[in-house]
Amino acid sequence: MKPAFSVIFLTTLIGAAQGLFLALFTHQLYALFGLLPMQSDAFYGYGSALALLLLCGGLFASFFHLGRPERAWRSAAMWRTSWLSREVIALPAFMGVVFLFGVVHLAGYRPEVVTLPSGLLIDLSIVLGGVGTLLAFTLFVCTAMIYACLRFLREWHSPLTVINYILMGGSSGFILASFYASYAAPDQADFFAGWAIIITLLAFAGRWAALVRNARLKPKSTIQTAIGVKHPHIVQRSMGSMGGSFNTREFFHGKDAVFIRMIKPTFLLLAFVAPLALLAFGLFTPALLGVAFILQYMGLLAERWFFFAQANHPQNLYYQTIG
Amino acid sequence: MTQLALVIDLNVCVGCHACVTSCKEWNTSGSAGPLCDERPYGENPTGTFFNRVQTYEIGTFPHSETLHFPKSCLHCEDPPCVPVCPTGASYKRKEDGIVLVDYDKCIGCKYCSWACPYGAREFDEKQKVMKKCTLCVDRIYDESMSEADRKPSCVKACPTSARLFGDIHDPESEVSQAIREDGGYALMPEWGTHPANHYLPRRKTKLKIHEDELERADNPLKLEQPLPKPDKDQSTMDDVSAW
Repeated sequence: MKPAFSVIFLTTLIGAAQGLFLALFTHQLYALFGLLPMQSDAFYGYGSALALLLLCGGLFASFFHLGRPERAWRSAAMWRTSWLSREVIALPAFMGVVFLFGVVHLAGYRPEVVTLPSGLLIDLSIVLGGVGTLLAFTLFVCTAMIYACLRFLREWHSPLTVINYILMGGSSGFILASFYASYAAPDQADFFAGWAIIITLLAFAGRWAALVRNARLKPKSTIQTAIGVKHPHIVQRSMGSMGGSFNTREFFHGKDAVFIRMIKPTFLLLAFVAPLALLAFGLFTPALLGVAFILQYMGLLAERWFFFAQANHPQNLYYQTIG
Repeated sequence: MTQLALVIDLNVCVGCHACVTSCKEWNTSGSAGPLCDERPYGENPTGTFFNRVQTYEIGTFPHSETLHFPKSCLHCEDPPCVPVCPTGASYKRKEDGIVLVDYDKCIGCKYCSWACPYGAREFDEKQKVMKKCTLCVDRIYDESMSEADRKPSCVKACPTSARLFGDIHDPESEVSQAIREDGGYALMPEWGTHPANHYLPRRKTKLKIHEDELERADNPLKLEQPLPKPDKDQSTMDDVSAW
């Protein structure tokens, strides 16, 4: 497939935002149960604002993918069957809850909703955080299922796609949270960095597993099934047009084998190895956490590029020779 | 339930591209707007087509043959492109099984083209919407045309009648009989899309002659031959039968 930069930015930006929101609310939950000191409302509020900023960036990028962006509102219609439609609903819903979560904290408006029998006070921000957490995971699943549901794009058609979107978004978000905390609440940075290391390790394992799986895939469709002729030796002599067509542009990444061979170690290094090393050092030097986030973000852009480029669409069987 | 479809006989297709030009001419002139071309007379022409004829070489010389392979939307009975559409612009008509795109609802996200394993959909770079074969839905129900003209324009154009059009759910239709009797098959059956369009294979009519058929057993000339005679020491059946 031809990687579209609008979609690459959309998925990486909202992934980081979802991870950041999950990190903030995880901290608030720890604090609720008294495991960590509760931070000021500003810490959670401005963190949510940062997440919202990333979400807006992702939403903005997504419009560049559309031929007719002015009709984008129509895309919420088919949520019963289309994962893309579900994402279109889940993204603004999540943005709304992140916005409210931030506002509730920044305005200091945290009315009690219920007091548990154990005496635990559940206020409005906890309820919003819980709803936001559900929506964050819903959004992760919707985004990943857009790709994982296409059964003949076999590189994508795997539970690993969903798992990896969650883990890589989580990793990106928790690293950003640790960088944010190193300035906004320095004594809490270790908590986020610790979780970031765990999630990044899991994401590394998940992405590695997906690479191993995809390397072992054997194509189900062949030129024989594509045209229905049983012969071991079939060569296309003409694809019906002398120039290119949509089919030759949309489904080929257009880069040579050397580039493809280079990008795989590059994204593994930038998205996983480098941030893990920097996180380990970053526990003592906060600025390194920022470098870790930026390096990993570039790595995730490369990862997402490779994710699209690696998918080999069966229609390519019909478009092999110009002539 | 009706399922309109094309049956393409690869045995008679000569690869003349008449169906391609006829399709383009009809569908670029309709009320749905043109099928846009870019740089049609330039160095690197490209454009939107509903139908293409491809050519394949099967085998290696001298044991090779050329296959001309017209390819358009197959109007799958279980179309994977329809449920993925976020706006409902892509839909399959209940009444006749034609898969269509509503150009006024399409947002141009191209997701349906990712979901089609056959590459049957083409994005119109000028109108910014996804387009595909309509089975000439604006022809086949047009009562201002004569009955004979109410067929897809590719079918009308084919000089060798390689393209048949009809309802594949009606067992008595021309297309159903062709599929049944001439080995009609579907493309990429492994994905379970159940394409409505079928292809008839290349086939050669061969006359099988057995060795014993080369010599007539009851050749009258044989009557003139001397009768077989046993050796002197062999027993004969002269007394039970007469040669």
